[in-house]
Amino acid sequence: MANSIQDLPSQVRRDILRMVHAVQSGHPGGSMGCTEFFVALYFDILRHQASPFNMDGSGEDLFFLSNGHISPVFYSVLARSGYFPLDELKTFRKLNSRLQGHPTTHEGLPGVRIASGSLGQGLSVAVGAAQAKKLAGDDRLVFTLHGDGELQEGQIWEAALYAGSKKVDNLISTIDANGQQIDGSTDDVMPMGDIGSKFIAFGWDVMHIQEGNDLEAVRSGILQAIAMTGKGKPVCVVMHTSMGHGVDFMAGTHKWHGIAPSDEQLAAALAQLPETLGDYPA
Amino acid sequence: MHPYTDSGSKDTRSGFGAGLLELGQSNPNVVALCADLTGSLKMDAFAAEFPERFFQTGIAEAHMIGMAAGLTIGGKIPFTGTFANFSTGRVYDQIRQSVAYSGKNVKICASHAGLTLGEDGATHQILEDIGLMKMLPGMTVISPCDYNQTKAATIAIAEYDGPVYLRFGRPKVPNFTPSNAPFVIGKADILTQGSDVTICANGHLVWEALEAANALEAEGIQAEVINFATIKPLDLESLLASVGKTGRVVTAEEHQRNGGLGDSIAQALGMHLPSPIEMVAVNDSFGESGTPAQLLTKYGLDAANIVAAVKRVMNR
Repeated sequence: MANSIQDLPSQVRRDILRMVHAVQSGHPGGSMGCTEFFVALYFDILRHQASPFNMDGSGEDLFFLSNGHISPVFYSVLARSGYFPLDELKTFRKLNSRLQGHPTTHEGLPGVRIASGSLGQGLSVAVGAAQAKKLAGDDRLVFTLHGDGELQEGQIWEAALYAGSKKVDNLISTIDANGQQIDGSTDDVMPMGDIGSKFIAFGWDVMHIQEGNDLEAVRSGILQAIAMTGKGKPVCVVMHTSMGHGVDFMAGTHKWHGIAPSDEQLAAALAQLPETLGDYPA
Repeated sequence: MHPYTDSGSKDTRSGFGAGLLELGQSNPNVVALCADLTGSLKMDAFAAEFPERFFQTGIAEAHMIGMAAGLTIGGKIPFTGTFANFSTGRVYDQIRQSVAYSGKNVKICASHAGLTLGEDGATHQILEDIGLMKMLPGMTVISPCDYNQTKAATIAIAEYDGPVYLRFGRPKVPNFTPSNAPFVIGKADILTQGSDVTICANGHLVWEALEAANALEAEGIQAEVINFATIKPLDLESLLASVGKTGRVVTAEEHQRNGGLGDSIAQALGMHLPSPIEMVAVNDSFGESGTPAQLLTKYGLDAANIVAAVKRVMNR
């Protein structure tokens, strides 16, 4: 467990790169861009119980990863918060692993409550879970994370309309606004316009985290979002991040969306990321 | 002559609505979602009596399926309702990932299936839904035959933990199964005993199969009519016991031949008891506008077509 939350982002990024490098597949860019978000959420914000894991999550805050391809950061943070043994990270994307390429409940990995990978589905699932909490009189919150490119899926807007119109105000959805998707920048592929304004038009309260790779900024931003819940509207956090953040030659480009580093690139990347808490055994 | 009488024709969707209302009263975990077809699905009584457990999603079926998956997290038992086309083809990926692969206890309840939707035409007459759903690992697929059985099946699937596709229809059809018979998932019902041919039917064509059995009996052919309301898991034991006796099979369903009940029966028999088989089903075509009766005749799905299929299989 962490001595200090500040030690985690560097270590989580090492996990991400080592996992993806070991199988020469996976999605490091978005994972590294969302590292501070996951660390803040799992080590500071969420009221959750790692072990024993309870699928229903009664009395717990719930998190749903809708852009499932950034599974490396999800797995690293779940393991380091005690959901499953750290050395299981070495099984990522390998045969007979619980750490599938995209997260799933199918192999029973603790911490995962829905399969995701086919984009655009997580918001609807979270809305359902949020409604279940209201029915049960459970005042805990439901969190989601989405890519900005993922917002191109129509189902997102079906869910956004529902959540805004039906006042699902125990829900905080964060958009990883890194401006990148597989084929290039979102501006080139499908310009997203003003994401915040779109959610406002759908009946949400919206706030921005401008420094999405600054742990304290993310932490205080999410706390601010929590303070906005319970007021008749779902809350959207537009979190501005840099894909590939933490390694100079990976940052700010879509090129590392789904590419694994070579041996040399891994060595160069790890040299920029101090081993603060101990690597998982290879 | 078969011993069944129509106690008063009713639509199977009303059986669903009645079953759902009863579940609302008996099981506080049952919740319902509908995508702007509450009246058509006969979900209004549930919505009126349990407004806090009823979720109107608007015309947003993909969201409805995802939301149902989310409602299971916390122990609810969600029943989704829309037309069969919008319950399956429109939302296949949502069902595949958020429900089936995620192992969520969602009951996908689908009305207006098949040609007997009638005048709305082929855009709405899905004939591929059973195939789509039975291919999904872990999905249970049920197509009951009348009002009473649809009501019983609705109640039964709430007790079963796992994803289920429940298919029913729009028109009023004979209601002939006992009103008090519990529905057993995965158990076929032998409706008539016979030694010459086995007729495996489901949905609206079970009554047509019974009518066909009467006509065949007049010609000295004893047909064993089996209601395969559950397509998956298939009741292999009942199938093999009957075909072991008769040696010949006709299947009858309001669905494409590809992917339907007949396809499941042929696969099972091919593996365990190869036997001559004829299939009464839609053969690689879309439907069209018309009355249910006209459509069943034009597309070869009525009792006369079942009789003809039996005669073909008897001559093989």
